[in-house]
Amino acid sequence: MQLVLEKRAERSNTIALISPLIAIGLTIVTMTILFAILGKNPLLALQAYFIAPLTDGYSLQEIAVKATPLVMIAIGLSLCYLANAWNIGAEGQFLIGAVAGSWIAVKTQGTDAGVWVLPAMLVLAAAAGALYALIPAICKVKFGASEILTSLMLVYVADLLLDYLVRGPWRDPNGFNFPTTAEFDPVATVPLLIEGGRLHLGSIIALLVVAAAAVLLGRTIKGFEIRVVGAAPRAARFGGFNSNQLILLTFAISGALAGLAGIIEVAGPVGHLQPGISPGYGFTAIIVAFLGRLNPIGILIAGLFLALTFIGGEQAQIAMKIPLDVTKVFQGILLFYVLACDSLILYRFKLVFPNRQVARGAG
Amino acid sequence: MQAYQRMLDPTPNGLHSGESPLLQTAGLTKRYGNFLANDSIDIDIWPKEIHALLGENGAGKSTLVKAIYGLIQPSAGEIRWHGDRIVLSGPSEARSRGIGMVFQHFSLFDNLTVAENVALGLDGKESFKDMSARLEQVSKTYGLPLDPRREVWQLSVGERQRIEIVRALMQDPKFLILDEPTAVLTPQEADQLFIVLERLKAEGRAILYISHKLEEVKRLCDTATILRGGKKIQTCNPRLETAASLARMMVGGEIKEVKAAAGRQTTIPRLVVNDLSLPPDEAHGVRLEHISFELKGGEILGIAGVAGNGQDELFAALSGERLSKDPGTVVIEGIAAGHLSITKRRKLGAAFVPEERLGHGTAPRMKLSENALLTGHAASGMVNHGFIDTAATLKTVDKATETFDVRKAKRDPEAASLSGGNLQKFIVGREILRNPAVLVVSQPTWGVDAGAAAVIRQALLDLATAGAAVLVTSQDLDELAEIADRIAVMFHGHLSEPLATRDATREKLGLLMGGSSLEPKEAAHAVGA
Repeated sequence: MQLVLEKRAERSNTIALISPLIAIGLTIVTMTILFAILGKNPLLALQAYFIAPLTDGYSLQEIAVKATPLVMIAIGLSLCYLANAWNIGAEGQFLIGAVAGSWIAVKTQGTDAGVWVLPAMLVLAAAAGALYALIPAICKVKFGASEILTSLMLVYVADLLLDYLVRGPWRDPNGFNFPTTAEFDPVATVPLLIEGGRLHLGSIIALLVVAAAAVLLGRTIKGFEIRVVGAAPRAARFGGFNSNQLILLTFAISGALAGLAGIIEVAGPVGHLQPGISPGYGFTAIIVAFLGRLNPIGILIAGLFLALTFIGGEQAQIAMKIPLDVTKVFQGILLFYVLACDSLILYRFKLVFPNRQVARGAG
Repeated sequence: MQAYQRMLDPTPNGLHSGESPLLQTAGLTKRYGNFLANDSIDIDIWPKEIHALLGENGAGKSTLVKAIYGLIQPSAGEIRWHGDRIVLSGPSEARSRGIGMVFQHFSLFDNLTVAENVALGLDGKESFKDMSARLEQVSKTYGLPLDPRREVWQLSVGERQRIEIVRALMQDPKFLILDEPTAVLTPQEADQLFIVLERLKAEGRAILYISHKLEEVKRLCDTATILRGGKKIQTCNPRLETAASLARMMVGGEIKEVKAAAGRQTTIPRLVVNDLSLPPDEAHGVRLEHISFELKGGEILGIAGVAGNGQDELFAALSGERLSKDPGTVVIEGIAAGHLSITKRRKLGAAFVPEERLGHGTAPRMKLSENALLTGHAASGMVNHGFIDTAATLKTVDKATETFDVRKAKRDPEAASLSGGNLQKFIVGREILRNPAVLVVSQPTWGVDAGAAAVIRQALLDLATAGAAVLVTSQDLDELAEIADRIAVMFHGHLSEPLATRDATREKLGLLMGGSSLEPKEAAHAVGA
């Protein structure tokens, strides 16, 4: 008896929908074993991870706050990945967006600048993220450089630039030498949706981005071009679609969304520019994009789920002294299972019994 | 009565009574999921026999020979060699027993020499020098001239096939499988191959010859086994059959005749190519050399030639997948279009059907409606202000389905789920429904079943009758003879002067396909100039 993978005649839409659920199920099973090995009660740990954050209002708001950058970045990444352009550097584009937007906030600090400050910050951040993402895209189109490597390497450049600025020229003079800018003025801050709460305007922007992406991919010829270039490059050329142009476009959109997410994070929940503004949103968003099947609605759900793991991880650390790094292990295992389960969309498992005659011949 | 006797006697020449066949399959069955690729096939192959395996695409020929060559394991049934049951673990075991195979698609490394390629395919332990010597010996003995030191990319398709045949012969096989060997040969090259095969037969070897060229089978083969839908239909003596009766057995019914409308009128030139030259865009590609022709409305021009002589490059240059610096090299509907993109050329009224259905003509994992949009977005009202009109794309699918009898499981399935013939009908239909002024089509019926091929050829004829200019590239000379008004031949990136189809004999085309000139005067003139 043998277990083989057999190709399906047509991709299975059912499996495409349930494969992320299978992956989550397998991840939870694996995590249960991992918790047991760590000597923690797996049931309590899972409760802390997945149930506890859903039971109080503060945590629910915090989940939405964490999901906002994840969803925005993942939407952009999904466009790249659909077009077969591998932007791994969203973390860098996020940081550059945060830095560029903060520049306006820092320069207008304490002046009587009006309500134009926040919109200008958002626009500049998006533009900076797009330009930063275009560096690997242009290197790819012009010189054939691997965008995977160049975009990833630019993450560290952005990280160090931010570090330099907050320790050097932009450091808050009254900040006791901490590497941070001063708190942004109210006109440079993303407004809250609920007074005294955590939920801010960024979440609304993220929802608008999801809706726009759904329309782009599902209804427009540009979205179709993006999908064909990734799915069948030669057919796309035959269709008259320019793959280089689409690589530039998807990288630019993706960079702009990451940059926007960056400034929203800084001008929103954080309130000032400092190192460590991202717990790896740009990388986690890669998982969100794939867990959400590169589909805008899927990404929204996946973004909320991964935000839950961030919050749950913190709760588990507080309540059960489970290291925060376990959250990253969880996310890694999840991506692994998502990609593995995806093969079931095009293939199915089958048990094969060798024919009797061969068995007799062998015996 | 005759037919009845033939069915009773599986060895029509009746010579083998008392001996056991060289190779036998008994109840050989191969199952893929619910699909029976081979359904209990019995076949006997005797020494000194050239045995044809006939059938349409998807009839199960490839599956059967793969099982015999050890590439796949049968699900049931057995293979007997000299009367004894064998289980082959893989091709190397098949080879060591004396079963050789020459594939339709060559497995050669372009950048290696002939001898290096042969060495890679042999299992033996002899030194490279001894092997090279033996290679020259074998190629000389069988009249398959090869220079072991040349690199493969410099060789013609016919020469490449020789490498594969010599490689198989160097293992001294008792039984040789050839998969559509003449598909890539000129008529003259095919004749030379037949002499070699006759000789192998005289030496006592057996040959299993896969083909769908019926005249060829009647000429060469002693026995023919016909497969249809995975089942063996009959074993017969092809020399006692007619091509039509063999075709009926393959298809399981009559094939519709393709009819050209009488007295088609030609109109203005709709596609003109002026001195088109293009360097290759990839290593070992073909350079297009000064190609010129004129194609009027109402006319079908056929381009014959062995694959790899620049047909793909010409298609890319005509479609606009590759652009020319000089706009005047390609003129569509009187407008210089050499520098225009494929989308702009479509807007001028041109339509294109590439050779490769999956991955080039269609995105395999996308729905038919999306694949209608792939070429229809330019000029078919499927896009309004950047938004897709889904209803319009579905309408194209429905219309193509109805007009060209596309058979599919649901209204809008993925392209990859259609059979080759049905997908090709959809692709040709998708373009014809746009009412093109110029249609450039490459290998319109490659790997398509006879019924679908007839539908497609008829559609091309009807399109020309309606006034379009149609350019058909094909390696199938019978197809070109059936539909083309004129036939030109591509060789090494050059295009010959077109011949009127009634003057284009197989001999003349064969000479042109092999690079010879029809008029020696012209060559002399060229030298003098």
